[in-house]
Amino acid sequence: MFHVKHFDVVVVGGGHAGCEAACASARAGAQTALVTLRADAIGTMSCNPAVGGVGKGQLVREIDALDGVIGRIADRAGIQFRLLNRSKGPAVQGPRAQMDRMLYRQAMQAEIAATPRLTVVEGEVADILVERGIACGVEVADGTIIRSRSVVLTTGTFLRGVIRIGEEARSGGRAGENACINLAKRIEGLGLPLGRLKTGTPPRLDGRTINWDILEDQPGDQMPEMFSFLSEGPIAPQTSCAITHTNETTHAIIKANLHRSAIYGGHFESVGPRYCPSVEDKVVRFKSKNSHQIFLEPEGLDDDTVYPNGISTSLPEEVQRKMVRTIQGLENARIIQPGYAIEYDYVDPRALRSSLELAKLPGLFLAGQINGTTGYEEAAGQGIVAGINAARLAADLESVTFPRSDSYIGVMIDDLVTQGVSEPYRMFTSRAEFRLSLRADNADQRLTPFGISLGIVSDERKRSFDAKIEKLAQARKMLSERSMSPQEASAAGIKIGKDGVRRSGLDLLTFQGIDVDRLSVIWPKLGELDPAATKQIKCEAIYANYMERQQKDADALKKDEKNRIPDGFDYNSIAGLSKELRLKLNSARPETIRQAKRIEGITPAALVQILASIKRRERRPAA
Amino acid sequence: MDTIFALSTAWGKAGLAVIRLSGPLACDAAEKLVGWLPPPRQAALRQLTDSDGHVLDEGLVLRFEEGASFTGEDVVELQIHGSQASVSAVLAALGEIDGLRFAEPGEFTYRAMCNGRLDISQVEGLADLIDAETEAQRRQAMRIFSGELGQKASEWNKAVTRSLALLEACIDFADEEIPESTIEEAEGLIDALICKLGAEATGAEIAERVRNGFEVAIVGPPNVGKSTLLNCISKRDAAITSEYAGTTRDVIEVRMDLKGLPITILDTAGLRESEDPVESIGIAKAIDRAESADMRIFLTETDTAEDLPVDLRSGDMILRSKADLAPDVDMPAVSGKTGQGVSELVESVHRELANRVASVETATRERHRLAIKSAIKALESCAHELSDGGRNLEVAAEELRSAADALGALIGKIDAAKVLGEIFASFCVGK
Repeated sequence: MFHVKHFDVVVVGGGHAGCEAACASARAGAQTALVTLRADAIGTMSCNPAVGGVGKGQLVREIDALDGVIGRIADRAGIQFRLLNRSKGPAVQGPRAQMDRMLYRQAMQAEIAATPRLTVVEGEVADILVERGIACGVEVADGTIIRSRSVVLTTGTFLRGVIRIGEEARSGGRAGENACINLAKRIEGLGLPLGRLKTGTPPRLDGRTINWDILEDQPGDQMPEMFSFLSEGPIAPQTSCAITHTNETTHAIIKANLHRSAIYGGHFESVGPRYCPSVEDKVVRFKSKNSHQIFLEPEGLDDDTVYPNGISTSLPEEVQRKMVRTIQGLENARIIQPGYAIEYDYVDPRALRSSLELAKLPGLFLAGQINGTTGYEEAAGQGIVAGINAARLAADLESVTFPRSDSYIGVMIDDLVTQGVSEPYRMFTSRAEFRLSLRADNADQRLTPFGISLGIVSDERKRSFDAKIEKLAQARKMLSERSMSPQEASAAGIKIGKDGVRRSGLDLLTFQGIDVDRLSVIWPKLGELDPAATKQIKCEAIYANYMERQQKDADALKKDEKNRIPDGFDYNSIAGLSKELRLKLNSARPETIRQAKRIEGITPAALVQILASIKRRERRPAA
Repeated sequence: MDTIFALSTAWGKAGLAVIRLSGPLACDAAEKLVGWLPPPRQAALRQLTDSDGHVLDEGLVLRFEEGASFTGEDVVELQIHGSQASVSAVLAALGEIDGLRFAEPGEFTYRAMCNGRLDISQVEGLADLIDAETEAQRRQAMRIFSGELGQKASEWNKAVTRSLALLEACIDFADEEIPESTIEEAEGLIDALICKLGAEATGAEIAERVRNGFEVAIVGPPNVGKSTLLNCISKRDAAITSEYAGTTRDVIEVRMDLKGLPITILDTAGLRESEDPVESIGIAKAIDRAESADMRIFLTETDTAEDLPVDLRSGDMILRSKADLAPDVDMPAVSGKTGQGVSELVESVHRELANRVASVETATRERHRLAIKSAIKALESCAHELSDGGRNLEVAAEELRSAADALGALIGKIDAAKVLGEIFASFCVGK
């Protein structure tokens, strides 16, 4: 007889999407099971040992603002913190840190173990249970049945994963682990639209065989910028990375062996990411560059493995060895694990709703690489949304969505479900039209109140958030109460136009080079304000002139969001739409008028007709 | 929500033209033109002046309050004289006002629907109107962009995409080897673009292309009498006529004033399968021009329209040609040789065109000019941010993006995917 377990939510997969989904679901109050092949592999970083970056750092902050786990874990495991784009404006600064992979895994596993209502189940999921067209649990390979109200699938690159090194190919989900073939077949059987993508990794090097002394050192920041709004500073000892470069000898070896590369040998039909090119790609496509930068990133404090970021490759192992040894500092480097390319199935994310639930299979949510994305941060961002909504479904609550105007999480999901992907999707700040408002520094102001309303934010965070808001209000008040004329400003050494307009402290902050430190020379009382609060007020002031425009656009967007297009709406019934537009609308299946507006070629005239047709339907419900 | 405006009545010589404003700034904007507004739902006679105090026209001003107007928003209606000069002047003055923009076809109706101000039957009535307007604008745009201006627009598109890619590469790939000259290249491109757009806005390029007014194409099989008809209508020998099929090869254009409407009549090559390469080119051109014309006159020597590679659209005419040779047909007939039926033809062409929703012409020209002006403004702010040493790169990029949005109708949409594509094609980024 089969063993049957009951949960509210089942999360399949223990990667970055799975961990975030499982924790969010449990925080939201659902009895949650996390099913994974191996419990000791939960929280493994299968690609480079780093979290954050420009755009990605913003995602981590947003997840943290919703009391997600990735930010706090990364802060605990971080061994080199750098704020990217420090010299540019706050809207495009992105926190990034190197991780100790073991510390990260341990911290994540400890977090999962300490999360109430969350149970880890070891095993390979062989089947998804579907009854009356609704997902209602999973079957594990040992025969165990786990029944639930909703299921979150986060299987990463494991679906029919094929690893290729040179001419060799074998089935695998990542180095040293098996792919999921049964589940892939099952998913295909469910009629989900599948595609294939590929990505690659560099060889891992033995740090003891690298000549660090002759290489350029890259230390972390003096004043580390943490991911979590709750973290004070790094916990692990800090270390440096090093920088080296490929050279013409390296390139000559690559060129001579191109035909043996898995990517160039014609073994792949799938699409790889353009922003994560293999070293083969770099040499072929940018012939005029005779050197490419490599970051040597330690994978841990007690781990000699080094990740040479910049030479992802699928050349045969012996060619990799030869190539690596032409590089300065790596003359005697030993390869611990060769680089490889991996090809895997993904589900066309246009099959998803903005809640990350499949439109055609209620109860089943997808998050992470299975949706055609890449990166821990992107995975975690989807994980938290899927986890929240899976728990809400289990509690018979309506799903929630994240507008583009409020978060990078919203930008990502909207891009995925409306545009689909043609290569693994990675976050860039240029994808966000509300970039100036979507900053790492204000992620909590944008999202923590929402998180509180969803019941997924701890008391500790709530208290700390309230205190911050209090301090910000105090600083704003003090700054707006004080004002000076241009003459007075000029006397104090602040140059502004002599227009006779008195400006408040807040107004003065909008000028370049004026911060609260500067103003507290004039108004010493300002020196008593919380430095973190005044720093953030300066961030807001920099873009103050653009906020009105962005707010206006955001309001218009939200208005259109309220005009929902019913499921299964028949575009063919609208006579005035062009054939081409009908085709596009039928395949994109927008959920709202706002999403429909994103479809290329749509006109207000077409929108009027769609809206009119919806209203007509509402008046005369289908017989 | 933007405040939008447009000419709500048809173009053409008329006693009145109504320009409608809708949105949160409608009253503020109207006050800039007319001084002060009458109470809601009461008409008042006012002078309309531009920002320099020049009188543009005199007309009735009507105001409707939010919740009690066609769109459900604040609405102001300016009822002015129906001449092209006054309409253009007032539209131009409105376009100068910050926060206002030209309405897209159907946008007033769209807003009215979103605000629950229209019932379905009203919308259905309006749908045809919107369709006609959209279609007319599309054709107008096609005509403007088929020539030199189209080429320019695609160059502008390239320049904007490239500049955005350069800035975004520096922002999104902070840790990578982006050449130091990148920002300089962007600055150069943006300065050049400001110059070119400036010349365009002051020059008459767009105006020139649009001023030709309506195009009416004469279409039909070879030797059906198209050129003879053209010569008859234009009262001169504009096209060579002969008894040989395929005499007309190029598109022959005759501009004329049709009772106050500027129109261009196009005589086109006879449509047939041809082995002759020169004739084939002429036929391809004929199809092209006939498709983008505002109206088509199909000539036939049989009783029905022949199966031609040009679609018959609503408002087009089918005529039996060589009426002098076939006195007893029961369809409208015309003879270019004897002049029979020509004045009736001219009358119905005029009636059809005058009835079209044709604020289009003025609107298209004004819309493009205003788009260029607002793009220039944004590009100048962008250049200013860059000259500060790139400290505010993300602000510069924001300005560039709003320039791209403003130019959208002219140069096409530039989205994140396009910019990223340009970045990956130009820089070796990614690890």
